[in-house]
Amino acid sequence: MTSANHEGKPNLSEGENLPAERGRERLDSPVARKGMFGARSSGDTSGYGGLRVYRPAQSRTERPYTDEDDPRTASFDQVADALERSLKEVDTSFGDAVERVVVDRGEITFHVRREYLLDVVTRLRDDPALRFELCLGVNGVHYPSDTGRELHAVYEMRSITHNREIRVEVACSDEDPHIPSIVAVYPTNDWHEREAWDFFGIVFDGHPALTRIQMPDDWHGHPQRKDYPLGGIPVEYRGAKIPPPDERRSYA
Amino acid sequence: MTATPTETYVDASGGDWDEVVAAAQRGNAERLVVNMGPQHPSTHGVLRLILTLDGETVTEARVGIGYLHTGIEKNMEYRTWTQGTTFVTRMDYLTPIFNEAVYCLAVEKLLGVTDRIPDRANVIRVMMMELNRMSSHFVAMATFGMELGATTIMTNGFRERELVLDIFEMVTGLRMNHAYIRPGGVAQDLPPGAVGKIRELLVEMPKRLDDMRKLLDANPLYLARTRDVAYLDLAGCMALGVTGPLLRSAGLAWDLRKAKPYCGYENYEFDVPVSDGADVYARYRVRMAEIDESLKIVEQCLDKLAPGPVMIEDAKIGWPAQLAIGADGMGNSPAHIAHIMGGSMEALIHHFKLVTEGFRVPPGQAYAAVEGAKGELGCHAVSDGGTRPYRLHFRDPSFTHLQAVAAMCEGGTVADVVAAVASIDPVMGGVDR
Repeated sequence: MTSANHEGKPNLSEGENLPAERGRERLDSPVARKGMFGARSSGDTSGYGGLRVYRPAQSRTERPYTDEDDPRTASFDQVADALERSLKEVDTSFGDAVERVVVDRGEITFHVRREYLLDVVTRLRDDPALRFELCLGVNGVHYPSDTGRELHAVYEMRSITHNREIRVEVACSDEDPHIPSIVAVYPTNDWHEREAWDFFGIVFDGHPALTRIQMPDDWHGHPQRKDYPLGGIPVEYRGAKIPPPDERRSYA
Repeated sequence: MTATPTETYVDASGGDWDEVVAAAQRGNAERLVVNMGPQHPSTHGVLRLILTLDGETVTEARVGIGYLHTGIEKNMEYRTWTQGTTFVTRMDYLTPIFNEAVYCLAVEKLLGVTDRIPDRANVIRVMMMELNRMSSHFVAMATFGMELGATTIMTNGFRERELVLDIFEMVTGLRMNHAYIRPGGVAQDLPPGAVGKIRELLVEMPKRLDDMRKLLDANPLYLARTRDVAYLDLAGCMALGVTGPLLRSAGLAWDLRKAKPYCGYENYEFDVPVSDGADVYARYRVRMAEIDESLKIVEQCLDKLAPGPVMIEDAKIGWPAQLAIGADGMGNSPAHIAHIMGGSMEALIHHFKLVTEGFRVPPGQAYAAVEGAKGELGCHAVSDGGTRPYRLHFRDPSFTHLQAVAAMCEGGTVADVVAAVASIDPVMGGVDR
């Protein structure tokens, strides 16, 4: 399998690739398994309700970010250097603003502390060496097990000048779900931030009109969060009431 | 909006029309707020526009969306990675192939198998995407005509699109909602006769395009409704995240097929049409020119089609059967059923596991983007290592572009609002997902 390759490991030699070795590795790996038959609390009717294998994703990459064997990563060190220099011009240290960097699958992600988000995106847009003119919106991801930083806001940025692509990720907690709005820098994020608020409950401070965009105005809850069940409300049709999927009879 | 005591309001949402008119005249109202949609024949589906008018001039345009929200992103978290294609194809229902392609590219990036997709599968993907670009642009022009009251444009546009849909039906079994592109390749190979049918299209389509050009390119009525209408310049496009034909009509030759090639687009010769009009007419011209380029690419695809597999040769990802097209759409493969039911117990177990449980995707996140018919269509996929997506998000170009309605319409006349919205070519299925 190629999965070993993405985690930055070299290809296995023939001896290590024997079934007994691979099986041992699989049992030893830090994985929480749950489910198979008999799983509850899922709207799935395939008989495999809740079958999941958890394994944490790669969480940190050290310099150099450019991997000579992967042409997709060619500009990553340049971008990081330019950002570091550019932040210094506004008296911000790269280490303070960016808590960590992840290079995975030919993509670079800057995990930015939320206090510094506006500084970082302003530099990303305006610095001639960076010039990320196009923000492709923001997208929420809910990690309930990531205590203290459950809600992530993920921004994809594209530089047309340099033909580069990066990702900026900001985290906040469920108790204090506030992230500064970047609408003043990238007006296109207006609706994207409203969508992230609607679906995840992330409050984008400074947004001109943070209201729900997809769900009705009087909706309760934020449907894309992991603690919000699929469906969530009964379906009514011609007087009949059908319970939401998570409360229907389970065949698992 | 809150009522201040100095203003009088006339509610024209119902009742006796004479009374409404009399009340409006009495009040000497200068500002008129018109609610257009969400059910209106010229709003491209269930789009709601709230227009503040001063006479015929639009002073404020607001857009309300969400009437077609179906929770596709949430639903996909409860299905396997392969089943996801069935959902995404229904988002922007006029560009189903692009939706499937961008989703599969994201899944393949997560799996790390991008380089192992068979050549034939990539050629078929490119060909289907370009055919889809044509059909989407035809609908863009057809609905534009219909919304301005020119039904001939509408019937012509839908007629030409039918030529493409016939090919889709032959290849995938369905005219829309194909679920044809799958993680690892495509669901099945081209059926016998498909190449001949596509060659016929390559002969027929240029004639139809010429007819359309004769009808529209210098038509004084068409020019009057499209020239210098809904102007959005390059700076506006960048700030509002506008991509695709709208951006190219403002003069920037930005195309992901050239800038970040995927599915082997670097191997095709084609141009990126641009215009500097930045108005509705320029967008029309760019779309027409893009159809020409798509025809060129489809022709090159047919020449590149070499025999070979159309699904990745990895038994843990690619479904074992080559499905066949039956009278009722995609169906089973009799040879494969004979093999698993009568020949090999292990093959049956493997089939069962792969189809019901699905394959595992290593944890992490990936963003893939394609140049869709309407602009940059992106897919952000997050996996936790399981057999189902942890989170999927689609950056639909229509969603982003509708934010530009205010910039295009404010200060113009109310009749041009319809032209502006139609030139964006939004599809609410993609906007609301």
